[in-house]
Amino acid sequence: MLEVLKYSFMQRAFAAGLLVALICPLIGVFIVLRRMSMIGDTLSHASLAGIAAGMLGKFYPLWGALIFSIAAAIGIEKLRKDFSQFAELSISIVLSASIGLAVVLISLAKSFNADLMGYLFGSIIAVTAQDVLMISILGLIIIASITLLYKEFFYIAFDEEGAELAGIPVAKLNIYFTVLTAMTIVVSMRIVGILMVSSLLVIPVASSMQISKSFKNTIVLSVLFALSSVLIGLFTSFYLDLAPGGTIVLVSVAILLLVIAYKRLFRK
Amino acid sequence: MKDIIFSVKDLTFSYGNSFILNNISLDINRGDFMGIVGPNGSGKSTFVKACLGLVKRQSGTVTIFGKDSGRFKQWGLLAYIPQKATSFNQGFPATVEEVVAANLYQHIGLGKRLGSLHRDKVEAALEIVGMTDYKERLIGKLSGGQQQRVFIAKALVSEPEIMFMDEPTVGIDYKSEESFYELMEYLNKEKKMTLVMVTHDTGAISTKVNRIACITDGKLHVHDADSCCSNDICFDAYGDSKMKLAHKH
Repeated sequence: MLEVLKYSFMQRAFAAGLLVALICPLIGVFIVLRRMSMIGDTLSHASLAGIAAGMLGKFYPLWGALIFSIAAAIGIEKLRKDFSQFAELSISIVLSASIGLAVVLISLAKSFNADLMGYLFGSIIAVTAQDVLMISILGLIIIASITLLYKEFFYIAFDEEGAELAGIPVAKLNIYFTVLTAMTIVVSMRIVGILMVSSLLVIPVASSMQISKSFKNTIVLSVLFALSSVLIGLFTSFYLDLAPGGTIVLVSVAILLLVIAYKRLFRK
Repeated sequence: MKDIIFSVKDLTFSYGNSFILNNISLDINRGDFMGIVGPNGSGKSTFVKACLGLVKRQSGTVTIFGKDSGRFKQWGLLAYIPQKATSFNQGFPATVEEVVAANLYQHIGLGKRLGSLHRDKVEAALEIVGMTDYKERLIGKLSGGQQQRVFIAKALVSEPEIMFMDEPTVGIDYKSEESFYELMEYLNKEKKMTLVMVTHDTGAISTKVNRIACITDGKLHVHDADSCCSNDICFDAYGDSKMKLAHKH
């Protein structure tokens, strides 16, 4: 067995990491195509407020993260209606509110410590069995939802008005989708950290869109790129003693650059 | 006897205090090819959207196939091709086949997947518009005229009985426009489809449609295309700076 897999914390890191790599692009592809790339950052900051609330109230911080990011997700979706021509404005408003709340709660909980750093930058050593269980349950809900509602989410992303006219319950599904996004953030933050969560949602999809030949192909390639980023990132970080979250993100950026180079050289 | 399949009664729509559409009524018969004309900003597009419930009307009722629109469920019987149909995100990574199949929702249902029967429907719709060879191409890589055909196929795939189109000939070249009207004639005459088309293409519409609805100053007036000199109607609707029509309403 590879040395890296002998450690139980690394086994947990790989289990959680691979699940995250599967889920992030599934959600990410719809986020990117709906031009809501910043939503990941916003919800992750809302989940930071939730983590701080958990630390303050002495309950499992990921529950706090889940509740706060779902509340923020629903807030964004509601505000999106008030600013229908400026979808990104609703994201900015919730982002500002989330950071404000997070900072206040952190100062109240006096929790600016190593634990918080683990959430901010990702800490695979800190992934507990409870985390893996939570990640697995949320992960299964997300995968099942995208599998079942694939064609509905596709239609909404391509043409929201057309989807509405075809009888798809667009408003309800939009709220459900943002809830799924919030869950994805919570699932991913243990591995890549709050500050880098949105990169796994967006970068593999950006790479895949450079060369994909269909929507299905975009999803498959995104998942492959995300899995490669997490695997290469975790191995490299283990052997070179680097921060895993940052390494995973840098690998995904390197893949993006390679894909762009490939496209320029061979697909002109 | 005329078979009214889409009926609008006393529809009113306003932005704030300014009325765009004021107590408009319109009956559309099975087999009609209706053109909706009027000057820019007269509310043609808004009228169609308000009829279909895509914007909220202040008052008025819409009856679709004999049912009040609030209780109408078979939205697959209606198709709508919006003005901005071809101004979607051109980088969207979807094939022609995927785009057309999206509109099969009514046939498949929530949470269910595409089967081989559905694929045949996609194939049939693409064949009608002559785009079968392009089904695996990315939608954004096609020309404006080709994209428009794909959007017509997307509308046709749900096997609608009535199709609404908003300025379908904007932004396509003359040749594509010609074949577009040939396709419309085929759908209307051979497939017995009811067509409603918002347009400012007054030259072509007078010879293609059987009824013309003019919207000016918040009011709507309907004419049979062959019972009046529709060229004059439409020319005057646009040509006169006062937007007055040269005929009696």
